[in-house]
Amino acid sequence: MGSTTSKVLRSVAVVAAFGMLAAACGSSSPSGSSTGSSSTTSGGSGGGGTPTASAPGITANSITIGSHQPLTGPAAPGYSEIAPAANALFQYVNSKGGVHGRQIKYTYEDDAYNPSQTTTVVRKLVLQDNVFAIFNGLGTPTHSAVEAFLNSEKVPDLFVASGCICWDQPSKYPYTSGWQTDYIREGKILGQYIKQSLSGKKVGYVYQNDDFGQDGIKGLDYEIPASDVVTKQPYDVTNINVGPQVAALQAKGAQVVALYTIPAFTALVLLQAAKIGYHPTWVVSSVGSDPPTLSGLLTKFSSGKAGGSLLTGMVTGTYLPALNDTSNPWIALFKKIHDQYIPTLPWDGNVLYGESVGYTFVRLMDQAGVNPTRDSVIKTLHSADLGGPGIVPFAFSSGSNAGFTGEQIAVNKDGSTLVPQGSVYTTDDSSSAPSVSNYTQPQPPSNLNS
Amino acid sequence: MHEFVSFTLSGVTQGMIYSALAMSLVLIWRGTRIVNFAQGAMGMITTYVAITVVDRGDSYWWALVIAILAGVIIGGLVELVLVRPVESKPPLNAVIVTLGLLILLEAIAGMVWGGRYRSFPPAFSVQGVFVGSSRINLSPFDIFTICAVLAVMVGLLVLFRWTSIGLRMRAAAFEPEVARLLGVRVGRMLTLGWALAAGAGSLAGLLVAPNVFLYPSNMDAVLVYGFTAAILGGLDSPVGALIGGLGIGLALSYIGGYEGASLETIGALVILIALLMVRPEGLFTRVAPRRV
Amino acid sequence: MTRMPGPLRFAAVRHGLVVIVLAAAVAGYTQIAGSFADFQLAQIAIYVMAIAGLTVLTGLNGQVSLGHGALMAIGGYSAALVMQHDPNGHLPLAVVLVIATAATAVAGGIIGVAAARLRGPYLAGATLALAVGIPQLAVARQFAHTLGGEQGLTVRSPQAPSFLGSSFSLEHWLSWICAAGALVVLFLLSNLVTSRYGRTFRAVRDDEIAAALAGIHVARTQVLAFVVSAASAGLGGALLGVVTSLVAPAGFTLVLSIALLTGIVLGGLGSIVGAVWGSILVVYVPQWSTDLAHSLSFSTVMGSYFAVAFYGLVLIVVMLVFPSGLQGGIVRLWGMAASRVRRG
Repeated sequence: MGSTTSKVLRSVAVVAAFGMLAAACGSSSPSGSSTGSSSTTSGGSGGGGTPTASAPGITANSITIGSHQPLTGPAAPGYSEIAPAANALFQYVNSKGGVHGRQIKYTYEDDAYNPSQTTTVVRKLVLQDNVFAIFNGLGTPTHSAVEAFLNSEKVPDLFVASGCICWDQPSKYPYTSGWQTDYIREGKILGQYIKQSLSGKKVGYVYQNDDFGQDGIKGLDYEIPASDVVTKQPYDVTNINVGPQVAALQAKGAQVVALYTIPAFTALVLLQAAKIGYHPTWVVSSVGSDPPTLSGLLTKFSSGKAGGSLLTGMVTGTYLPALNDTSNPWIALFKKIHDQYIPTLPWDGNVLYGESVGYTFVRLMDQAGVNPTRDSVIKTLHSADLGGPGIVPFAFSSGSNAGFTGEQIAVNKDGSTLVPQGSVYTTDDSSSAPSVSNYTQPQPPSNLNS
Repeated sequence: MHEFVSFTLSGVTQGMIYSALAMSLVLIWRGTRIVNFAQGAMGMITTYVAITVVDRGDSYWWALVIAILAGVIIGGLVELVLVRPVESKPPLNAVIVTLGLLILLEAIAGMVWGGRYRSFPPAFSVQGVFVGSSRINLSPFDIFTICAVLAVMVGLLVLFRWTSIGLRMRAAAFEPEVARLLGVRVGRMLTLGWALAAGAGSLAGLLVAPNVFLYPSNMDAVLVYGFTAAILGGLDSPVGALIGGLGIGLALSYIGGYEGASLETIGALVILIALLMVRPEGLFTRVAPRRV
Repeated sequence: MTRMPGPLRFAAVRHGLVVIVLAAAVAGYTQIAGSFADFQLAQIAIYVMAIAGLTVLTGLNGQVSLGHGALMAIGGYSAALVMQHDPNGHLPLAVVLVIATAATAVAGGIIGVAAARLRGPYLAGATLALAVGIPQLAVARQFAHTLGGEQGLTVRSPQAPSFLGSSFSLEHWLSWICAAGALVVLFLLSNLVTSRYGRTFRAVRDDEIAAALAGIHVARTQVLAFVVSAASAGLGGALLGVVTSLVAPAGFTLVLSIALLTGIVLGGLGSIVGAVWGSILVVYVPQWSTDLAHSLSFSTVMGSYFAVAFYGLVLIVVMLVFPSGLQGGIVRLWGMAASRVRRG
C-alpha cells in the first residue's frame, strides 16, 4: 500500500483508539439509556414511613441537586457568591440532620454565561450525575437553552435565578418555576412609588438592553404617566461607557431617574452623573441596589466618601428583610450561617439571596414528605405553604409558577443601610395597579434555630 | 454642540488608553514580529499588584511605581521563558502561546484575588472640571490620563531616536544578523523591548481600572480596541498607534453617543475594514515595493 | 513506491473509505455509550466542521482568522431564522442546514473580498473586529426584534425518524446528525486538500509572488479559501444552534473564535486529521481539568478557574513542546518508534 494510505489508516486507528479511551474516561458513571425518567411508582408525597430511594437523585440518606452558574468570565462578579451561599445554608441544615434524614448535596457547575456550555453542564448533571432536580439555574439566555430539555426529561427546574416572566409558563413548561419577584412586577411597584411620591417630576429611564431592562420599563410604563417620561436610555453590558446616556438624561432635565441596571452599571451611572454635576433622585431595581455591593464599587473614590454621598436617598424595592436588620430572626440566622460557613464572602445581598432561595428549597422538600418523587415535588410546589424569609407571598399555584408577588419600597439611608418604608405591595404581570398586602413573614422553624 | 464637546472629551480620554496599549503592541511587533494578545491581561495583573499595595495602606503613587516595575519584570520574563522558544517558529505558534498566556493570567487572577469587581482609586478626582458654572465631561484624572500617555510616548520617542540603547534596540529589530556582528546583544534587546512594552501596558491598566473597576477580564475590551488601533495606524508605527488610538476612541464615542451603544463595535469594524481596504498595512506604514 | 490496487489510487475513494469506517465507528460507539457521551460526540463533530474549515484557511492557505466564531453565528442565526419562518416544520432539517451553509458561504465571500489584500496581523485584526462586532448586531436597536436581542432565538430540536424506535434519545439522534455533517465536511475538505485547489492554496501561502508569476489568481484563491472555510463554519454554527436549542450573542463570543484557533494549532496545522484531534481537545480538556480540580479538592469556584488556567497552560506547553501540534507530535513519535523497530 502507498505511504499516504498507510498514513491515513494509521491516523484512523489512532483516532478510533483515542475515541474509545475518551469514551471510557467520559462516561464514568453508568448512564444507560436516558429518555424521560418518569416518576417512580413507589412512595407518594406526605405520610410517614422510612426514607427510600424514591426518585433519581434521592437515596435513603441524600438528595442530590445541580445547578449552572457563571463562576468564571465577565458575568461572574457578584453572581458567583449565590451558589456558595445556598450551599452554606444546605450544609447548616445537613448539620441539623438534613431534610427527613437526608443530606442535601449541591453540585453547581460553571457555564461562564455561555448557553452552549449551559447545555453541556446541565445534560451532564441530568444524564450522567442523575441529579434529582436543577436548582436556581442562573441567567435568562443561559437557562432558556435548557428549559425545554429539562421539561421533556421531567426534571424539576426549581427557582430559576432570573426575573424573566418566561419561567412562569405552567402549561408549556410545568417543571420550571421562578423565585425572585419578576421584573415587570417590580417595575410596577417602583413605578407606582414614583407616580405617588414623586408626582409631576420629569422621569428618565436607564435600562439594560435585554429582558431584565425591557420588562422592567414595561412595568414602569404601566404606572408612570407617559407624559412624565422624558427619555429612555438603553445600555449594553459589553460597553462600559455610559456617558451618552447620562448626558441625555441631564439634557432632558430628568429629575427622577429609574435605573434598571446591574450593580456595576448603577455605580457607573452614579459616577458619571457626579462627574457632570447631575444629581436626580435615583430609583433602582433590587437587582442593582445592594448597598454593600455598591459601596464596594465606590469605596476607592474620594477616600470612600463618594459611597456615602452618592448612595444616600436612593430608592429601591425589596422582597427580603434588610441586611442589617439584626432584630429580624431570619437575618440573625442567615448571618450566623454566613459567619460560620462562608466568612470570606462579604455579607451582602447576593449572600442573602442565596441563603433565602436555599431555604425555600429546604422548605419545599420538607413539605414534600418522606418519599418525594419528581412529580410529587411539583405538586407540593403548587399547594404547600413555602413561607420563609420573604416579606411577600409566592404566586405558586396550579395556574402559576412565578415566585414572589411583590416588594416593599426601601430607601438607602446613609450609604450603607436600606430602611423599608410604606406598605408591602403585591401585584401581577398585567396592567392593573399593585395593591397593599397584609402578609406576615413567618418565623424560622425552631429546629433550625438551636 | 454641548453633546459634541462631551463626546469629544470622553473620546480623547478613552482613546489615549487605547493608544497606550497600541503603543505596547507596536513596541513588541517591531522587536519580535509577534502580536502579544496577553498584553492587556499582563496590565490587569499588575493593576491587582497595585491594589494589593494600596490596600496595605501605602500611597497610590508608590503603588503605581511598583505596578509599572512589576510589569517591566513580567514582560522581560515572559519574553525569556515563553516567547524565545517560539520566535523562530511559524508565527501562529506565538499567537497561540500569547492567547494561552491571556487565558492563564485571567484565571490566575480569579483564583488569587477572586472574580468580584473591585474599586480602584484614581490618581486624581473624577469630578468634571468647571467651565463657567457647569462641569464638563473632563476631570483632573482624565487630564492626568492624557498627559501620562503622552509622556510615555515622548519618552519612548526620545529613547529610540536619541539614545544609544534605543539605536541598539532598533538595530536588533530590523537587522539582527548585522547587529550581532556589530556587538549588539540581540537577545537582551528583545527582552528589553518586551519589558518596556509591558510597562506601558501596566500604565494602561492603571489608567483604565478606576472607570471600569478591577476584575480579571477588565482589560479585554482595551486589548481588542488597542489592537484595532495598532492595526489602523500600522503595526510598525508608534505615531500610528497614537493616531489610531485617538481615532478609535473618538469614533466609538461619536457612534455610541449619536447612534446608540450597540452599534459601537460594528461601527468600529466598518471603519477599520474600510480603511484597511485602502491601506492594507495601516495608515502610517511605509509601503515597501514588492521585491521578487 | 508500490502501486496501489485499482480504485484506491484515487484520493476521493481512499477518503470515502475512511469516512465509511468512521461512520461505522460512530454508529457503534453511540450504540454503547450513554446519552451524555452522545451529546459530547455531537459537540466534537460541530467543532470538527468549523476547525477543519479553519485549517484549510489558515493552515493551507496561510490566512489567519480570529473571526470564525462570527461565521458560526451567521450559520446559527440563519438556521434559526429559517425555522422561525417555518413554524410547522415542513422543511426537513437538511434543507435548513443547506440554506444556513449557503448564507454563511456568501458572507464568507464578502468578507474574503474585503480582506483579500490584508496579510498577517492585519487580517487577524480585521477578523478580530468581526468576531466582536457581528454578534453585537443581534442586540442593536434596528435588528433586535428580528434577531431576538440578548435572549436570542430558540431553535427547534429535531425529531428522530420513527423507524428508529421511540427509545432513540434526542442526544443519540443529534450525535448522528452532527457526525454526518462532520464526515461530509471531512470528506469534501480532504478531497479539496489533495486536489489542484489544495496545491493552489499552498502555493499562495508559501510564496505569493511566485504563485502570481506562475499564473495563479491570488485574490480569487484567497476568496475561495474564505468561502470554503465559511461554509464549514456555517454548517457547524447551524448545528451548534440546533444542539443548544438557542442562538444568542452570549453563545458566539470572542472566546469561541479563540477556541477554534487554538483547536487548529493544537491538533496540527495544515492537517485535516489534526482538526479531529483539536476538536477532541477543545471539548474534553475543560472537562478533564474540572475533574482534576475536583480530585484536588478545590472548591467549586476555584476549581472552575483552575480548569480555565489549565487550558491556557495546555496551549502554552503544547506549543513549546509540540510545535507542529498533536498530529505532528504523533507523526514524529511514530516515526521514531518505526525507525527503532526497523533498526532493532
